[in-house]
Formats: sequence, structure tokens, C-alpha cells
Amino acid sequence: MKFINIILLFLLPMGLTAQIIPGSAQQTPILIEGGIAHLGTGKVLDNAHILIEDGKISRVANQKIEDVPANAERINATGKHIYPGFIAMNTRLGLVDIDAVRATRDFREVGQRNPHVRALIAYNTDSKILPTVRSNGVLLAQVCPEGNGISGQSSLMALDGWNWEDAVIAADEGIHLVWPNDFRRMGWWAEPGGIKKNEKYEEQKAEIEDYFEQAKAYAADQPEVKDLRMESMKDLFNGKKKLYIHTDGAKTIESAVLMAKRQGVSPVIVGGEDAWQMAGFLKTNGVSVVLHPPQSLPNHSDAHIDQPYKTAGILASAGVTVAISQGESWQNFNLPFQTGQAVAFGMDPEAAIQAITLNPAKIMGVEKKLGSISAGKDATLFICAGDALDMRTNNVTEAWIAGRKVDLDNHHKIMARKYEAKYPKGR
Amino acid sequence: MKRKLLLLILIGGALGLFAQTTFPVNGAPDNRTGKYAFTNATIYKSHDQMLENATLVIEDGKILTVGANISIPSGAVVKDLEGQFIYPSFVETYANYGMPEMKKGSGGGWRSPPQPLSNKKGAFGWNQAIKPEWNAAENFKIDSKSAKEWRKLGFGTMLIHSKDGISRGTAATVTLGDEKEQEQLLQSQSAHVLSFEKGISTQTYPRSLMGSIALIRQTYLDGLWYAQQGVNEERNLSLDAWNKIQNLPQVFVTRDRLEILRAANIAAEFGKQYIIKGTGDEYKRASEIKAKVQSIILPINFPKAYDVEDPYDAMAAELQDMRHWELAPTNPAQMIKAGMNVALTTDGLKKKDSFHKMLRKAIEAGLSEADALKALTFTPAKMIGAEKWVGSLESGKLANFFISSDNIFKKGTKIYQNWVQGKPYEVNPIPQENLSGKYDLQIFRQIHDMEVSQKDGKTKAKLIVNDSTSTKVNIKVDKGQLTLSLTPEGESGSYRLAGTVDGKNWKGRGQGQDGNWLNWSATYKGELEEKPEKKKKETTKSKEIISKIAYPFLPYGWTTKPQQETVLITGATVWTNESEGILEDADVLIVGGKISKVGKGLSAPSGATTIDGKGKHVTSGVIDEHSHIAISKGVNEGSQASSAEVSIGHVVNSEDINIYRQLAGGVTAAQLLHGSANPIGGQSGLIKLRWGLTPDEMKIENSDGYIKFALGENVKQSNAGDNRRSRFPQTRMGVEQVYVDHFTRAKEYAAVKKSGKPFRKDLELEALAEIIESKRFITCHSYRQSEINMLMKVAEQFDFKINTFTHILEGYKVADKMAMHGVGGSTFSDWWAYKVEVDEATPYNGSIMHKQGVTVAYNSDDAEMARRLNQEAAKAVKYGGVSEEDAWKFVTLNPAKLLHLDNRMGSLKPGKDADVVLWSDHPMSIYAMAEKTWVDGVRYFDREKDAELQKEIAAERSKLIQKMLKEKEKGGDTQAVKKKRPQQYSCGSLHQHMDSESHQH
Repeated sequence: MKFINIILLFLLPMGLTAQIIPGSAQQTPILIEGGIAHLGTGKVLDNAHILIEDGKISRVANQKIEDVPANAERINATGKHIYPGFIAMNTRLGLVDIDAVRATRDFREVGQRNPHVRALIAYNTDSKILPTVRSNGVLLAQVCPEGNGISGQSSLMALDGWNWEDAVIAADEGIHLVWPNDFRRMGWWAEPGGIKKNEKYEEQKAEIEDYFEQAKAYAADQPEVKDLRMESMKDLFNGKKKLYIHTDGAKTIESAVLMAKRQGVSPVIVGGEDAWQMAGFLKTNGVSVVLHPPQSLPNHSDAHIDQPYKTAGILASAGVTVAISQGESWQNFNLPFQTGQAVAFGMDPEAAIQAITLNPAKIMGVEKKLGSISAGKDATLFICAGDALDMRTNNVTEAWIAGRKVDLDNHHKIMARKYEAKYPKGR
Repeated sequence: MKRKLLLLILIGGALGLFAQTTFPVNGAPDNRTGKYAFTNATIYKSHDQMLENATLVIEDGKILTVGANISIPSGAVVKDLEGQFIYPSFVETYANYGMPEMKKGSGGGWRSPPQPLSNKKGAFGWNQAIKPEWNAAENFKIDSKSAKEWRKLGFGTMLIHSKDGISRGTAATVTLGDEKEQEQLLQSQSAHVLSFEKGISTQTYPRSLMGSIALIRQTYLDGLWYAQQGVNEERNLSLDAWNKIQNLPQVFVTRDRLEILRAANIAAEFGKQYIIKGTGDEYKRASEIKAKVQSIILPINFPKAYDVEDPYDAMAAELQDMRHWELAPTNPAQMIKAGMNVALTTDGLKKKDSFHKMLRKAIEAGLSEADALKALTFTPAKMIGAEKWVGSLESGKLANFFISSDNIFKKGTKIYQNWVQGKPYEVNPIPQENLSGKYDLQIFRQIHDMEVSQKDGKTKAKLIVNDSTSTKVNIKVDKGQLTLSLTPEGESGSYRLAGTVDGKNWKGRGQGQDGNWLNWSATYKGELEEKPEKKKKETTKSKEIISKIAYPFLPYGWTTKPQQETVLITGATVWTNESEGILEDADVLIVGGKISKVGKGLSAPSGATTIDGKGKHVTSGVIDEHSHIAISKGVNEGSQASSAEVSIGHVVNSEDINIYRQLAGGVTAAQLLHGSANPIGGQSGLIKLRWGLTPDEMKIENSDGYIKFALGENVKQSNAGDNRRSRFPQTRMGVEQVYVDHFTRAKEYAAVKKSGKPFRKDLELEALAEIIESKRFITCHSYRQSEINMLMKVAEQFDFKINTFTHILEGYKVADKMAMHGVGGSTFSDWWAYKVEVDEATPYNGSIMHKQGVTVAYNSDDAEMARRLNQEAAKAVKYGGVSEEDAWKFVTLNPAKLLHLDNRMGSLKPGKDADVVLWSDHPMSIYAMAEKTWVDGVRYFDREKDAELQKEIAAERSKLIQKMLKEKEKGGDTQAVKKKRPQQYSCGSLHQHMDSESHQH
């Protein structure tokens, strides 16, 4: 505690005026020596040595690396933990600064069919939220439009950059479809009158399928008059884009997957509250799941109190590719702890780490470039003084995105420093 | 003759009937006496007195005599009712028959602009939902169509009122005849009806259940004040009426079992005894209700089975609803068994004509026929003071009875006639002479074999072609007159025949297809051969009850009340929160609901359970300073700038699954707070998580009173939409003045009170005066430093201290001033960025306040987060380096201090309450699980027990699903499964039915 005070005092004059500046391209090689590396693949190296050159991981070994370039910056990570940068799926990071202020809300467009709408161009790299999130090890985020029906296209973004163009990692990698509810909400919130069957469900389902059929026909044609929306849908049918289907119920998951299959589209389920009941079906059909936060209330009074904590582990054990998400925006600095929660309730710890590293990369089709600590991949990783999944020990000391050093300062620390300055020392 | 009769009537006293009315007569007056004698009937003179072969004599709308061996007076029309039954007609106590439709005016929705006062014309009270001046009798209009529907079911008398408002005014007693309101009205002002629902009132106040409760309590107080003093200061027709109707029977309408307990508390406070209108779920809290309620009106709208054939749909069905399906029919019998006076009502039935079916369900489920009849006649009549007119068949009472084909509770029994004040109303035709038999039907020269039978009073006929075929004959019989139409086998056209019964045979004339007239006859040949009765399908219903009555009536509720235990936990890491600090390899002994000893090498007293705590951690229970779980129907009153009179303590909801979920997160106590919609919110409810006990039993005994205040965007309605721009205040400047104004008034009020002069007891000012006198303590929702500072200054001006700032996300900016004032900070560990006033929030807030000497707590304001406040404590270490020992106090000892409960809770100190948690791991680690949680030494949560419960729930569910499937196979009615929306409040939740999207923190 004293130690931290000393650091804070030392930083004071600089911190008050400090700007948080995006990292610049890697100039010199970096060698991380020692430390426990959680590779993101499910494997752990307990004496990891990692060499980073030109923004890439060039070598990974469980022993000393010889022939390290002489100019390499050496970082002793003994006793520390090393992780691939955590990836926050299904977020509105950068699309909103203050939830209650309409002027800052840029994640929901008007209309039910907006496949042409792209999240990335609204991505605000200057958002004060981003540095607070990456301070806990979350370095990349899938930034998604929200809404009803087809809400638009998401992109994988770095949580550091001068503008969206240099922050983007995978542009327009998927289209988001919010599946209709088979149950309609009745009554009101304080006195839940129950949720009745949505009588329009079948109709809405049919409309969606019709839309996809038309899009498929359009994709196979070269129409003279372009339809912006249909143009955007094209890449769904050649596998260049994923279809993210947001739905929670066992039965709707089944319907959504079958629809996608019929249309030749590869689906990813987002939400998936009841996905644990469909693990076999999802596995058989090779469908991945981006799960709602484990730290949620059960969606049913009879459900086991721990069900949301257990869901990720159940899916992973069944062989389903599962990603854990936090959703929303500023809350993503707690994504590591969402993941820890799943571990506490039975998920293998390395599988859990995989659920916020390699699995998201796989789902978004960028697993060759990132998602794990492997030679040849982007040097997007961080060092943590302790176990990053436990708030008790999460203390990120260094982080890089594609070799660019990440400034771990943030709005929270700046405000704290400012007012620490107000109070006399020693109190 | 007439004189004699008159004399007789005068002697009889009760029978005062020389048809003398105030109404002018058009033509000669109708002076018939309506004297009838019903003979040879089975007569239920009352619910417990059945007479066979008895006679009922009525005259002039009243009962003259009833008995087994009575002589029939001269001049009576005699009706032989051999084989038929006579019952006193039923009495309905909860109906709006003949009442005008109450239409809601525009406004009043939660999006509409506020309406602070009643918009009713006239010198009435300030609140539109309090209308004691409204009299059903003045608004009564006969509704023949609807009366007919009621008579069909056997009803003859009703207590009617308009089902609208909190004080609904008076109900009237009427009979169900079709003539003149003046004849049907037995009594105006028979009862005063109250409820918690404001109905069509467009006024903003009250918008929550606790607001309704406060309004009712204040109205009682206003009535008392008005009678003594207030009448000299204002003339208020509502209070005039209110005071006049206090001695009538008071009917209180509730929406669930907990509302009964709440109504009963009001009754006790003001010396009333309510007749409760229940909802049918009383069996779920039978003993508690019995202890507080004598008379209850129960519906019999038992739910249908769910359609559970689709396993996915079945998943959505909740155990508590499936249990209710099975147990609801047992409710009337259970309440009678508990010793209550029970009246049954048709209220709530979607289809009125399912009444008898539902009655039979209740009887199958254990209600005796005598009790059923009593609950439809004697009890309701007595409840509403109508026993001098109805409820049994005794001389002098009204001739309100019905004639039925058989025992009224038997399936297939028909009501033939329903007599109201001596006037007959036909319900079903009394069956004609039985013409069953074999006949030779001769038409012109053709002879056909005809069989005639009678079922349910209806005559049927067919022509026999051979053993297996027959053709239908349409036949109508009306007092010896016959009409037949038929098409004999092999002929293309039909015969239409008319004729009469002549002895055993029939004859008459008719037309064939060619239109020629012809003669026909039917000659009786003998009786029908009795067919062997078709073996009825085995419909013996399984009497076995699968459902558990658990407390609360939810999954994970207990069936055997858990008891305090003597427990020794050994060899654990013990977080004492005392000067002893964290003890390794130590023991904790719990005896009699208290912590008995903490230390090493303790020995187990006899009868103690020893739990090996090796590798585990023991702490005192987590205390959530800011919670909105376990609250019924609205967390914000919020309709006025101050709602200090309302109390969450009045609306604690013991039946919230989140209580159990939070016990599983080690939470043992919580402050249930009013929301943050107005500068002065409402009083808190401090509870322990005593799962399964009643709302009153969950409240912490002898705790100090608390009240919620709020600052900033929520109270100035910054994010509440464009139509919320008129309530003062709309700026932080205005908020200050609201406080100064209210405290000034409170001070004056306290002074008047002390002076001994008569005064109007005002619940709002009572609460505010308590604050100034440091008898009630403020927890204030706050974000921005400017207004935090302001409130401390206002408090200092009035010479008291703010107890706690909650949320307090900018506390780190004024931590020194807070420490100086002596106020605590109960904050979120890391929330921010959800609105402008939290843009400068930082998770270092807690640690900075702590370092400045502020008592800091981390709270949840969220049903989900409260399950893991233990982890939240770790964030004080992560963000700002608070020691683990101190950080742990953020969720245990410090909230106990802020709630003035640290003398009983918050640490493991001998003598304190045994609110103890056994953790699987370091309690602040993400990997820690609460394995066992004790409150007052009672183990309300245990992971091992929980695992068993899970299995039991699964088994109970699947048995009930099987039973429902059987119900469907048998052709029983089913309904689609309904999912429930989870109920969660945060402090910004404005309305009791506000959308979950509109939460504000």
C-alpha cells in the first residue's frame, strides 16, 4: 500500500497532465523471460520464453531461448502470468460513451433489416472507456450493432489506435441477426404476467427465411439495379462472413441453426442462455456459441442458482467452441472475472482462457493471425502479476497489441491521482 | 279474506305486505299474494339441515313455512316437486352486478404528465382513489341479461360494488330479480370496500403498493383528525363519508397472500377487522393468515393444467405454477379447516358457467358438501349482515331459493327455477311426463318401430330399421302436445306430425312430403329394454398430491422449518473482523443463534454438529447496504418530491427466489431501499435473509429507522423524458430547497406536536421530524460532489448528520469533508459511464474514501451482483491497495456500522448474531463458493442440501408433468405454458410496471 502511494506520488506531476497516447509500432525486439504462459490453446508453459519481433511473436519456448537479438528488451516475468490479449465479443465498446446520453449512443440504427450498416466507422478510438478495459487485459473487441432483426455488421477492433482505420483487425466480419422470440412478454415488469407464446413467431421466422432466400438468389445473380442490403448479404453465402444469430431458448437455437444450414450460411449463436441443453446438437452441427455473461441470474426460478455460472463449462466439455462475453460497453473490464466465474463452477481454467482468446479468434476467422501465444501470430498479449481471471490477483503490468506497447494508464487512474493530490500525505 | 290475510301478516310481524308503494299505479293494482306451496321436495333448509319429502310455503315474496309435515294453506298454488331439490339461493359477496362501467380518463400512465391532485368535481378529498362517498346503491341499475346469468348458477342475492379505487365506497345488497331497483335493493351501505389498487384514478399518487398502504393509513388518521378538529378547518365530503362508514363491515380486496398480511397489519393498527377478499393462494401461508384473519371471500378460479406435450415448452413451466394447479382446488377446504369463515365467490372465473365444475373440483379436493353450501349461503349472508333476509330457508326470510333436479353438487344436476323474492325465473324447463317406451308409429298405412327415451329431461326418439341402424326422429313434447318430424328409411321426403298424448298412446295429424294431410298414431308396446350400462372409462382420479407446500412457495423452499443448531466449525481460516484479525486453523462455535466462541482448540458441546473447516474460510455474513430484492409491487413511490410516508418495510416480499440465490452468495442481511426517483424517497426495510419466513419475520428486530434520499439526475428527472419537466425540482438548485423546505416544515410540525395542541398526524412529517431528531437515518443516493456537499450543509443547518451516502461515486472528491461530517460511503466497486454524473467515477473511489477515514461499504443495487459481493470486496484491494482485512469489512462490518447493526452483526465476536458463512476458498477470490450460510444460527443454505433439492425439484416437476399429461389425455382443459419475467428492481425503477429497459441507477 505504501509502495503504491510512493508510485502514485512519483507519477503525480506527470499523471495529472498525461495524455494516453496510442502505442507506436514496435522498434526493438522484446524478450519475455520466465513466467507462466497460458497459450490460449489450452496449454500452459510454466517457464515460458517469448520473443517478439516486428509486431509478431517470433518464438515461443518452455526454456531459455538462445540467439536472441542483442538489442532485445528483456522483461523478467518470473512468477507472473502471460496471456494472449483477451477478446471481448459482442460489445458496444467505442459505440457509446455515456449510456444515458443519446448523443453518444451509436449502436442501434432504425429499421429491422440493416445488413448494410457497419459498426466500425462509428468506433470512437478516443473513448475514455477503452483504456479502462484494456488495463485488465482485454485488448481486442468485437464491436457490434444492436437492434431487432438484422442489425448490421460487426468488426474486430483493437482497443488502441488513432482512428478506426488503424484499429480495425477484421472489418465487417459478420452480420448480426436477432432471432424473434417464441414467447411474447406479458404483464409488466414488477408483476410478471408471464410470457405468452408469440403468435407472430412463425410468421416472423418465415419472413427471415424468405429474406435469406432472396439474398441467396441475389448473390447468384448480377442485377443491374443494386440493392445495398442484398449486396451486403452476399458474403454470407460464400463463407466470407459469419452470421451471428442472437437467441437464448433451446428451441429457437435449434430453429435458427436449421434455417442457417438450409440457406448455406454458417451460424454462430450469441446469447445462448439455454444452449447447455443443446450442447449435443450444437456440437454435431459445428456451431459455436458466444455466451452471455456467466455472472447473470438464472432465467427461470426453477433453474439451478448456479446455472449461468456452469453453462460455459458444460458447452466446452461437450466439445462446443464457446466464447464468453460480457456484452455492453464499460463493463468489459470485468470480462476476465466473468471467465473466472465459469472456472469456479467447473470449467477447466485453460478452456476458460481459450473462451476469451483463441475461440473468439476462431469464431471470427482470424485464428491464424491471433488468439494464442504462438510463433507467427500477432504479438497481442499481456503480462499479469497474478491470475488474471481473479480480481484478487489481476494486475496487468505490460501489454502489447501487435507489438505496440499499450499505455495502461486510464481515466480512472487519472481521476484518482488528481484527487490524491488534494489530500495531505499520510492520511 | 284480504282482511284476514292482513291480520295474519300483522301478527306474523315480519310479513308486512299490503303492496303499498310510493309508486303510482296504472290501472287496477296487482294484489296477488303469490302464495305457493312446494311439496314432496328434498329441502335444504340450511347448509346443515336437509328435510326429505318436505314442503315449502311462500307468500308475498317471503317464506311462510318450511317443514316435513305442514299443512298447505288455502289459496296456495301447489307444486309437486317429487324427486326434486330446493336450496336457499346462493349469496355472492364480491360482484359489480348492475354497476356502471368505470372508464379511465386520459392520463395516469407512467408516461403521462404528472397529476398531483384529484380532478374530481365537488368538495371531495385530495386523492381520486379514495372515494368513500361513492355508494353502489345510488348507481345501481338492473341488468336483466347479467341477472339471468347469475340466476342460472343459483345465485339470488349479492353484495355489489364498483371494483374501482382504494376506498371504493359502499357496497349494496340486492336481489337478482328483474323488476324495479327499489324492490331489488335490500340495503344500501352494506359494507365499505377497500383495496390497494388505485384503479382508474388518473392521479399520479400513489403509484406503488407502499404508496397505497401509506395513503390508507393517512386516510384513517385524517378521518380521526377530521372528526375532532379538521371539520372546523375544511369541509371534506370524502372524510365525512369515510367517518360514517367505519362501522360497516369492511371488505378488503387483496391480490395475493402477502397482501392479506399487509391488510391485516393495517387493520391491527387502526383497530379494524377486515373481511378479506382473497385470491385462492392462501393455502401457501395458511397459518399466518389464519392468525390474522377471521373471514375470507375465496375465488374458485382454479388454473388449468399446462399443455406440456412439447418438452421445450414444458421447460418454461414453473414448479410453483404446476404445484398451484394441483393444490389450488384444496384451498377452500384448507381455509375452512384452518377455522376461517369462508364465502365462495365467482369472481375471477373466466367463464361464469364453469362455476359448478370448479365447485365440484373443490369438493373432490376435500371440501365437504355441507361446507360448500355453507360457504355459498350462510357464511356470505352473515358476513354482509344479510342473514335476516337470506342464507337459509326460514319463515320470515325472503323467498330466495332454487329448485334443482338433484343434489346441486352432483354432476349433471340441473337448476329448473330460481325464485327471487317469490318470483319464479325459469332456468331450465322442468322435464315433462316421461314418455319412454316402444311404440308402433303408424303413419297413414305404414307402421314403424319407434323407441322413445328420456335423458336429462329431454325426450328423444328414433325409428328402428334393424339391429344396427335407426333413423332419428325430431321430437318436441310440451305438456301433452307433440311435434315430430322424421324421414323413414327408404323415403326421400319427411313427415311433419303434430298430435297429443292420449293415455299411453299418441295420435294426431300431419303432412307428408307431398303436402297432403294424413292421420297418424303411436301405440305403446312396452318398456325399453335396459341396455347394459357402458363400462365407464376408469376415471378414478389419482388422489395422490405430488406438490409440496414449501416455504416460501417456490423451488428451494423448505418443507420442514430449519432450526437453530449448535455448530462447531474447526480448523478454518477465521476472519474475525475484530482486533484478533484473521486466525489460521481456528474454530467457531455457534450456540442458540449466537456466536458463542471464536478461537483455537474449542471443544464441541454435547449435541453439537462439528464441521471440518480445514482449507476453508469462515466469515460473518455479507451485508448488502443497498438492495432492491424482496420488494412487492413498486420500489419507487416517486410521484411527489417527497414520499417520506411510504415504507419498504410494508412491502417486503418473502417469496422472492433472489433471497435464496443471495444466501448462496453468503448474504445474510440487507437494507431494502426505496428508489431514487425523488429527493425524499421512502423508509427502508432492514431484513435478514430468513428464507421461508414471513415478511414481518424477516425484518430485523429493533433496528433503527432509515430513509432513502436521492440527488442528481434521477430526482431532477434528467433522463426521464420530455413529459417529466414540471415536478419541482428540475435542477440541483431546486433539490436543495426541497430539503430546506421539508425540514423547516418538519421542525414546525415537531414543535406543534410538543405543544400539546391538537394536530393532524401526518405520516410524512412524522418521518421527517424523526430525521431532525436523529431517530431516523438517511441513506442518500448521490454522485456529484457539489450536491453531496450541499446535503451535508443542509443537515448541519438542521443539526443532524447524514448517515450514509450511497453510490457516492464522487465521494473520492470530498472524502475529507465526508469524514469531517461523519457520513459513511456505500458505493459500487467499479460502476461508471452510464450517465453524465458518473463520467468521473473511478473504482479507486472506495480506497480513497477509506484512506480518508470514511466508513466504506460496497453494495449491489442489483440482484445479480449481490450474489458475489465477496468478490467485489477484492476490488478495493485491486484498485487502490486496501488491505484484504479492511477490504473484507467493506461488505460485512462496515455496512453493519452504516446500518447501526454492528453491535449484533458484522464480525465473528462472541455474543453477536450467528450470521456466518463457510467459504470453500479465500472469501474474496473469484473461486470462492459459499458452502453454508447461517442466519441466527439457522442454516438457511447448504450446498449439500441444495444438491438434494435440485434432485427433488426435478423429480417433482416430472411427476407433475406426467399428471398434467394424464389430465390432457382425459380431456381436461389445458393452457399454454407461460414463462415468467424475472422481477428485479434497481433504484431508478420508476413505476411498478415500468419496463426493464428504463432502469436507472
